Amino acid sequence: MSRVAVALFPGTNCEQDVVYALDLLGAEADLVWHRETDLSGAAGIVLPGGFAHGDYLRTGAIARFSPIMQEVERFAVAGRPVLGICNGFQILCEAGLLPGALVANRDLRFICRPVHVRVETTGSVLTRHAEVGAVLRIPLNSYEGNYVAPPQELDSLERTGRVVLRYVDERGEATGSPNGSANRIAAITNATGNVAGVMPHPERAVEDVLGSADGRVLLESFVASLQPVPA
Amino acid sequence: MRFLVSISRRDGLADPEGATTARALRDLGYDEVGDVHFGRTILVEVSGDDVDTARSRIDEMCRRLLANPVIEDFTIEALP
Repeated sequence: MSRVAVALFPGTNCEQDVVYALDLLGAEADLVWHRETDLSGAAGIVLPGGFAHGDYLRTGAIARFSPIMQEVERFAVAGRPVLGICNGFQILCEAGLLPGALVANRDLRFICRPVHVRVETTGSVLTRHAEVGAVLRIPLNSYEGNYVAPPQELDSLERTGRVVLRYVDERGEATGSPNGSANRIAAITNATGNVAGVMPHPERAVEDVLGSADGRVLLESFVASLQPVPA
Repeated sequence: MRFLVSISRRDGLADPEGATTARALRDLGYDEVGDVHFGRTILVEVSGDDVDTARSRIDEMCRRLLANPVIEDFTIEALP
């Protein structure tokens, strides 16, 4: 069985949901304090949501210098699965492991409600087992969820098919972005597909009793991407 | 020595606080208002007596931590 390291920064608050969801999907998850410097026993890393280091300065700005981030970078470069959810997405952007940044929502309101996203590619650890065009209903829970990037960076993301999820309405139509995200981007991946950042919370939509199990396919994709760690 | 670092969103990138505030100012009758850019200022106190060295160190601090060069510009002003 492949183990997943779930990073815990001071201020992280979605780690138990991630551990629960991964456990449900057959992966073993270990909570790992942000000062840890050796994750060689893990097959993949998840940076969960919350307010790492109080979100002081900028979301993710302090967290990117936490000791554990050296391991996150090593995994990213080595092609091993790394997933950032919400605040974790912000941290990956600040660390330069994903392009762009996440800023305050267009309407300056915290958004906490289910949104619909459409799968744009299967070329990422988040969507490997999903179907392109599938519409998923997943909770969004953020104030700084508004994805921005310089125009040439956005062009590059689009041209290389690295937009993973896009906000749509329940029919899958492109009617607008709940938070103002450029190109209605809800999730992106790096050039090699092993590092993904997603703003809505798939771990909060893994059972019907939660109102939706649509997040399952995303985390199943991540779990399926884990390669056993050589002893 | 004291330096005032001013950080603002780069031109052309979404600045929801700035856009909302610009609208509010125009609603108040200030028709001359164009774009409004939000940012933050950080007062940094450092030891040493060489202004150029201090300034170049603070420039590095801005690039590494205080600003996000992907979306923000910054200026550094030495205070008396």
